[in-house]
Amino acid sequence: MPIAYIQRLRERYAAHPPYKWAHHTDAPWAPLAKPISKSRLALISSGGFYLEGQPPFEENDTSYRLIPKTVDVRELRIHHHGYSDADVDRDPNCVFPMDRLRELESVGAIGELADVALSFVMVYSPRREIQERAPAMIAELKARSVDAVLLVPV
Amino acid sequence: MSSAWDITFEVRPPRAVFVNFPLNHQTGKAHDPALQRQILLDAFRAFETLWTPGQMLTLPNVWDPNDRAWEAKDWGPDFESYGTTGTTLQGTPERILNRAATAEHA
Repeated sequence: MPIAYIQRLRERYAAHPPYKWAHHTDAPWAPLAKPISKSRLALISSGGFYLEGQPPFEENDTSYRLIPKTVDVRELRIHHHGYSDADVDRDPNCVFPMDRLRELESVGAIGELADVALSFVMVYSPRREIQERAPAMIAELKARSVDAVLLVPV
Repeated sequence: MSSAWDITFEVRPPRAVFVNFPLNHQTGKAHDPALQRQILLDAFRAFETLWTPGQMLTLPNVWDPNDRAWEAKDWGPDFESYGTTGTTLQGTPERILNRAATAEHA
């Protein structure tokens, strides 16, 4: 049975103002135009990954970082409010599977991996996510003619 | 990619794949490239076959067939959210990935 994380987090942070979870009653739709083996795929992570030399994330920061697909994942840094990162620390592929995506591209399971992954850290305002960050990321992906996105939220 | 069924159900993305692993392992266990690869391939098949907005596919993977204790612990009252790597920089939420662990990185 899946864990009731919303309930657990509500209890864990009972002393704080209650977080307003997203609640949608329907889903948007964008049909996949061609198989993944013919598509240009981009990885998006909310795990707060960035590289040395890039500006670290700040609180209430709706920017994102571009992580080249050639990255050595051992060079990644994390800025995040907090998650259980012991395994991500050992192997970022747990949530940032860039090594595996490159392998799948090389064997033809992915048509082409986009030249960058997008990485960000959530802010507590869904309105700012929707009005500020999402349009900028969509424009970034469209400019790179990305067909499909693998989103790994953290 | 989701490991939190209830949260993803509320968000209702166009399509989702649910892996019933502890949070932050949606694309597999550390240093298990075969599992990581299989989860991604299964996700791609789902991408091509889920054709109703809001559908979520549960993958059959089991974290540990002999131990389900993690399910009671994950983000429960005594859960330690920063792990045990000790790499938290004082006063900031920034962490540098554990350099000591890089030797075992495949």
